[in-house]
Amino acid sequence: MSTRLIPPTTELTAPYWEAAARGELVIQSCRGCDFRPFPPRAHCPACGASELTWQPVSGKGSVYTYTVARRAPHPVFAEQCPMVIAVVELEEGPRLMTNVIGCDPAEVSVGMGVQVDFDPIDDSDLVLPVFRPC
Amino acid sequence: MVGVAELAPQRYTGEATILDLLSQVATEAIADAGFKRADVDGLIVHPIGGLPGFVPATVAEHLGLQPTFAETVDLGGATGAGMIWRAAAAIQAGMCTSCLCLTGTRRRGSGGKRRQSSAERPKPRSIAPARDRSPQAEFDAPYGMVGANVGYAMIATRYTHEYGLEDTQRAKVAVDQRRNANANPAAIFYDQPLTIEDVLSSEVICEPLHMLEIVMPAAGAAALLVTAAERVPDARQKPAWLLGAGESVTHSSFAQAPGLDATGVGIAARAAFDQAGIKPADVGLASLYDCYTIMVLLTLEEAGFCGRGEAGAFVESHDLTWAGDFPLNTHGGQMSFGQAGLAGGMSHVTEAVRQIQGRGGERQVPGLELAYAHGNGGIIAEQAGLVFGADR
Repeated sequence: MSTRLIPPTTELTAPYWEAAARGELVIQSCRGCDFRPFPPRAHCPACGASELTWQPVSGKGSVYTYTVARRAPHPVFAEQCPMVIAVVELEEGPRLMTNVIGCDPAEVSVGMGVQVDFDPIDDSDLVLPVFRPC
Repeated sequence: MVGVAELAPQRYTGEATILDLLSQVATEAIADAGFKRADVDGLIVHPIGGLPGFVPATVAEHLGLQPTFAETVDLGGATGAGMIWRAAAAIQAGMCTSCLCLTGTRRRGSGGKRRQSSAERPKPRSIAPARDRSPQAEFDAPYGMVGANVGYAMIATRYTHEYGLEDTQRAKVAVDQRRNANANPAAIFYDQPLTIEDVLSSEVICEPLHMLEIVMPAAGAAALLVTAAERVPDARQKPAWLLGAGESVTHSSFAQAPGLDATGVGIAARAAFDQAGIKPADVGLASLYDCYTIMVLLTLEEAGFCGRGEAGAFVESHDLTWAGDFPLNTHGGQMSFGQAGLAGGMSHVTEAVRQIQGRGGERQVPGLELAYAHGNGGIIAEQAGLVFGADR
């Protein structure tokens, strides 16, 4: 459980958050061209098709880049700093903004293998996908 | 370019409204060119907080203009550079003859009274749902990806992983730029020298970036007057000629950015150099957007001033001051001149133009013929590059 900025969800993104709440990471997949867009949207940015379905992904990926925020980027995160803010590239391709948790920030490196985990957001029903070393 | 005006960046601009600041630089730029207000028939401004729309009309009325071409440019730090080629294109298309490009921001300050610090103010945690909100509020902000420091720190991490980069090499950029600012009375850090040790002993905000590698917010305004070639003989100043321009927008969220060897920086810069028919090595002044030290290094190699992965060694082996062998950000860059909102990005253009016109003062680059100015918005999301040539 972490104190965070609470994401404003939409009707279209509801399946992403519902999946996270049951411990599953899902990403849209285009029926027309198999592209996996992220963040979610109504039309495939690769081919324009409007048939996008939610598919579970492995939850495995690697750290594309990261920073250890020593000073909180927003007062809400003050108690969590230093915190690792990272871009993780999923095995399936899409890149996600995330946090790497469950290790000393000094142990994080580019290319490090990570596995999705789920962190309930304080004062909210939402559960946030995060990553930990695997 | 025939008219330039720029307010010296300040921490705060008191009670002045943004319209007042823009009006001041607009008037000064028209006077600098030796033009009359009635000569101005084009206007480019940018979105202004507090004005939900109708920005060009609001600014035009305030300035007493009735332009035949008016628009806003919304490219973050690339806005200033993006305005210039649009002005030239509008002139070339016959939509106007002389176009004002205006940028600026105000910061009111505390008026002497101590304001509640941001840590003391209650912060709303919920970002209100809104159908048309940027996906970043939903998929980036909950992770602390707020503001620009985090993104540029991640760029620095990735760059260092791919190519290797020393802290001292990044610091060298800040230090040489400060030496330029020390020769620019308008610079916010004019009278403050800076050493590598100062930079490296400043607080690490987001690893690996130190406080003194990060631009400081300021207030001010900048204006440029762009006119048609046939009006140049009427101008009081020698012109700086726009020889080439390029632009690129690649993403909005940094998580969706292309790799560091395929950024929009290179796309925009190559287009500008190609249009001008010159190579980066032909340029005598590089005026490169410097929100962070890492951005300068990345731009140096993406724009082609040095090879891939060579930026660290390049800045170490060159004197980047106005008197040096590779003059870079001779006004001090935004890090040492000041970042007055979008006028910060414009400062790279105003400096290139003044230097090309031979109006660089104490910091004039001798015999300058060609200059390159680059603007960068968001987290390397929006890019605009301009090549300027001297009048012959």
